[in-house]
Amino acid sequence: MIEFVLDSRSKVNTYAQLVQQVKQALRVGLLTPGDQLPKVRDVAQSLAINPNTVLKAYRELVLEDLAEGRPGVGTFIRRTLAGESLVHQAELRSELVHWLRKAQVAGLSDEDITALVETTTRSLRQDDALRAENSNDAVRSEVL
Amino acid sequence: MEHVLVADAVGKRFGKRWALEDCTVALPAGNVTALVGPNGAGKSTFLHLAVGLSRPDAGGMRVLGADPYENITVLADLGFVAQDTPVYRDFTADELVVMGGRLNRRWDAPLARNRLAQLGIPPRKQVGKLSGGQRAQVALALALAKRPRLLILDEPVASLDPLARQEFLQSLMGSVAESGTSVLLSSHILADLERSCDYLMVLQAGRAQLTGGIDDIVAGHRRLIGPRHLGEPIGGVTAIVRERHTDRQSTLLVRTSGPISDPLWTVQEPTLEDIILDHLAQRDERATYEEWGVAA
Repeated sequence: MIEFVLDSRSKVNTYAQLVQQVKQALRVGLLTPGDQLPKVRDVAQSLAINPNTVLKAYRELVLEDLAEGRPGVGTFIRRTLAGESLVHQAELRSELVHWLRKAQVAGLSDEDITALVETTTRSLRQDDALRAENSNDAVRSEVL
Repeated sequence: MEHVLVADAVGKRFGKRWALEDCTVALPAGNVTALVGPNGAGKSTFLHLAVGLSRPDAGGMRVLGADPYENITVLADLGFVAQDTPVYRDFTADELVVMGGRLNRRWDAPLARNRLAQLGIPPRKQVGKLSGGQRAQVALALALAKRPRLLILDEPVASLDPLARQEFLQSLMGSVAESGTSVLLSSHILADLERSCDYLMVLQAGRAQLTGGIDDIVAGHRRLIGPRHLGEPIGGVTAIVRERHTDRQSTLLVRTSGPISDPLWTVQEPTLEDIILDHLAQRDERATYEEWGVAA
């Protein structure tokens, strides 16, 4: 069983924070299919939040097919988000450590590294989007 | 939609002064509603009308489908905790539970005893000698033992310290989840209540300024910062709640119907507290300047 914790400084909605926390727990393997989520009453009471907020979060998890409600029993996890990615994480992590050491030697500060990762991720996504658009255009011109 | 409370142009007068005026509001069932407003806005007056302690001088008040002043049978479905949680101070908590059983047709004494035991309230100590937080918990347990369909609390956390406030809201939210009762609670501070409530009613000078689901209210307001605004319409804006101007800049709190497309405006998402404060701040300031005989 997990315990929900709210970040009172976060600008994220309370219900979205609950959803995020479940997803995070699924990614790192803290929650697995068949696990029960805390009862609505217990979450409402321990966090002093409106029970409708908890219901809304659980409904969203059900909609995304991550959880299912069993009437009179509770809400249970249906599938995991960890999947393949968890298996590869150890390998990727050791490669990342190797790369971070290189960056350190090259004189990059932590902030430089974060900025580099962010800008590179962004330009990668843009390239992907551009390529998808081009191939769409190609398909369209073929159709024409 | 089912409503637990419907106020139709309700007014209440004390002498010459109207404490409530033309107050119209409908509160849906199954919600925890925060009744928010500055001191003297008419919050207690409104709650007293809702539980039939007084009769409106204008308009009509219906609670759970009945007039609470004329039809006293509806009172069995109402739980009410007045300001400063008045209980008979010479009685022990256990005696109060017994008394509640004698005075009410429907009374869940085991529920009250369980709650009070869980909270560690001593059963055989005069409640006048308990802490303020414990006394508030006793009053809440007694109100819940009626198994009310609508629970009305007047400033339940105002006099409590932060820890007692948190504990009170925790047990309130736990019992709302269990019983599904609708709640209407008043407060002049919102910060602690924002997460506990999902519906809002803002009273200002005896009138309902703003009513609605909290998520909808937050989603439907934006703060705009841009060049001096001279009243021309802005795309996506349905109403301006509050405006402040310098010679070249304007800061507006607006109600929106869609995204603000004009790139001249910097758009911010205000918090619920920002929105409420701006709604409360829109009183007529010029009249006060005139009364003081100084230039605005």
